[in-house]
Amino acid sequence: MAIQPVKMPKLGESVTEGTITKWLVAPGDHVQKYDPIAEVLTDKVTADIPSSYTGTIKEIMAKEDEKIAVDDVICTIETEEAEAGKEQPETSTMQENKEQNQSGRFSPAVLKLSQLHHIDLSKVKGSGRGGRVTRKDVQHVIDHGSDGVQISEFAASSTEDERHTIVPVDGIKQTVAANMVKTMQEVPHAWMMIEVDATNLVRYREAVKESFKKAEGYNVTYFAFFVKAVARALKEFPEMNAMWAGDHIVRKKDIHISIAVAADDKLFVPVVKQADEKSIKGIARDVNELARKARSGTLSAEDVNGGTFTVNNTGSFGSVQSMGIINYPQAAILQVESIVKRPVIIDGMIAVRDMVNLCLSLDHRVLDGLICGRFMQRVKELLEAASEETMPIY
Amino acid sequence: MAIISYIEAVTMALREEMERDSNVFILGEDVGKKGGVFKATEGLYEQFGEARVLDTPLAESAIAGVAIGASMAGKRPVAEMQFADFIMPAVNQIISEAARIRYRSNNDWHCPIVIRAPYGGGIHGALYHSQSVEAIFANQPGLKIVMPSTPYDVKGLLKAAIRDEDPVLFFEHKKAYRSIKGEVPDDDYVLPIGKADVKRKGEDLTVITYGLSVHFALQAAEKLAQDGIQAEVVDLRTVYPIDKETIIESASKTGKVLLVTEDNKEGSVMSEVAAIIAEHCLFDLDAPINRLAGPDVPAMPYALPMEKYFMMSPEKVEKAMRDLAEF
Repeated sequence: MAIQPVKMPKLGESVTEGTITKWLVAPGDHVQKYDPIAEVLTDKVTADIPSSYTGTIKEIMAKEDEKIAVDDVICTIETEEAEAGKEQPETSTMQENKEQNQSGRFSPAVLKLSQLHHIDLSKVKGSGRGGRVTRKDVQHVIDHGSDGVQISEFAASSTEDERHTIVPVDGIKQTVAANMVKTMQEVPHAWMMIEVDATNLVRYREAVKESFKKAEGYNVTYFAFFVKAVARALKEFPEMNAMWAGDHIVRKKDIHISIAVAADDKLFVPVVKQADEKSIKGIARDVNELARKARSGTLSAEDVNGGTFTVNNTGSFGSVQSMGIINYPQAAILQVESIVKRPVIIDGMIAVRDMVNLCLSLDHRVLDGLICGRFMQRVKELLEAASEETMPIY
Repeated sequence: MAIISYIEAVTMALREEMERDSNVFILGEDVGKKGGVFKATEGLYEQFGEARVLDTPLAESAIAGVAIGASMAGKRPVAEMQFADFIMPAVNQIISEAARIRYRSNNDWHCPIVIRAPYGGGIHGALYHSQSVEAIFANQPGLKIVMPSTPYDVKGLLKAAIRDEDPVLFFEHKKAYRSIKGEVPDDDYVLPIGKADVKRKGEDLTVITYGLSVHFALQAAEKLAQDGIQAEVVDLRTVYPIDKETIIESASKTGKVLLVTEDNKEGSVMSEVAAIIAEHCLFDLDAPINRLAGPDVPAMPYALPMEKYFMMSPEKVEKAMRDLAEF
């Protein structure tokens, strides 16, 4: 038993509708296949509609003298035949395939839109086939919002209520965070600190500061001298200018010093290239230029890639001691702390000297205390002997 | 503005161009006294005389070859192939000569010919009177292939083709000749070759097609609109070279694209359109690119049910559009 629909037939090439002028059957009547069941009038012909099935008229939908579009159902017939729709098993299986749950599969357009607006797709209700989330569904959430779906305006800006503030984390911060975690988990850090008497350096720099500024237009900072001393020491201790590579250690011939620059609560680490070959002025100029680029957000990939060792100017924040996290994949980072005046005993007498702490964090897979101690000692010597002769500006 | 048929727009454009430029002349089989088997050149022989409306032998290679030679000597020939199916003997002339002359002579020579040919099925014409031949020519740089859908486009594009400095194949859908009517201005206007036309605006899906199928898509789009689905219908108008910009713009906008051609599916003009969309619109696509086309059998059969099976129809287009809308 099955209920079969009878549709308005297409009675001619360009015919799109017809009018049933008279029903020849009533509900409950038994009809044979091809028996006429109604008279129909089109703009071309008047004809009988034959029954498509043998069975009993169940319901009559089309009223007499009303225009019915071709293929609209005019009545239903209850047949004795088995279930309908079996003659096309292929299409029905295909249909079933299509109806499979598609809620976890997203088109490129949907992914693009959802990422652009930070929409959690698992919370968007799909209106497509098999529950697929369509581009229009995502667009609807963007335009009108939806319960439980966070969109960009929420996610990308801070929101506050009475008791807390949410600060969004952008791409650069995310990257920095991921690198820090990776470095701390992967690299066995060890620390070392030495004290350097920078009195000579301070005097030397004070003597050239004014004339340098006048001649070059920017400041010659202490930092440039520290970078210079480190670069020179690295040349003598190539073990320090290295990186861990799993089953071997790579020693770099080029000495490229990464320097940390903070700008707008972001951290950048641009690189002073070939620092050992540069004069104090050359380094000062690079540092000045890289800091300017970092602050204006115009650092290029060229500016930030290729560093082999990092010197970090933590002293500029007033710090006197710190433990830096290595700038992966380098082997060490050196933190230059504040230069402070302290009483120091020299030859049994108390003197007031300009003292500075240098803190080194090292990758203990690549380096050890011995080599680092020697390296730091050399840096100390170079700095304490800083003068016109040993570290010329030009 | 008069409402005229597709074929009347062909005649109108030819007459106006022949009146405008005495170098324009027509040649083809039965185009003169008979006025063409479809009557596209009716009245032109009487108006312009036998020197400008030439009846030729049944030799398509010669029709194309004579046109090419005449064009290089300064004339503006409009050659007619009685049916697009008969263009095959002239393929060597068209591809190896007409399409190549400007390139081969380093710009010294060029070949401003138009070859008109009625194509397409739905008129019970069977194998030799129903074919779509555009794909054969649609990868030959140097050629342009125009396939308009409306009388307005026919007039503007045929005039543009005649004035074009290079060879243009102008394929007219023969089923559209008398079944498609539309408003056509009396004044002199040309439409740009190489530009598609958005015949209907919509946001939900895009149908890209050309020729008679444009009307099927428009009819289907109206039906879908009753259910709140807005389809955009892009009429390519020129199938070679293709207007990439319009295709990319519309495909990116809706993310759902149905490509319709009456030609055999594989290697049709629509295969190229699909490739353009795939290359440029990946991250804007919300559904696979769909093609609705003739089956990959040699040609349109004669038997009516089989012809219907092969031919495009508003019902087929509507079904495919609904399927894509629901995806």
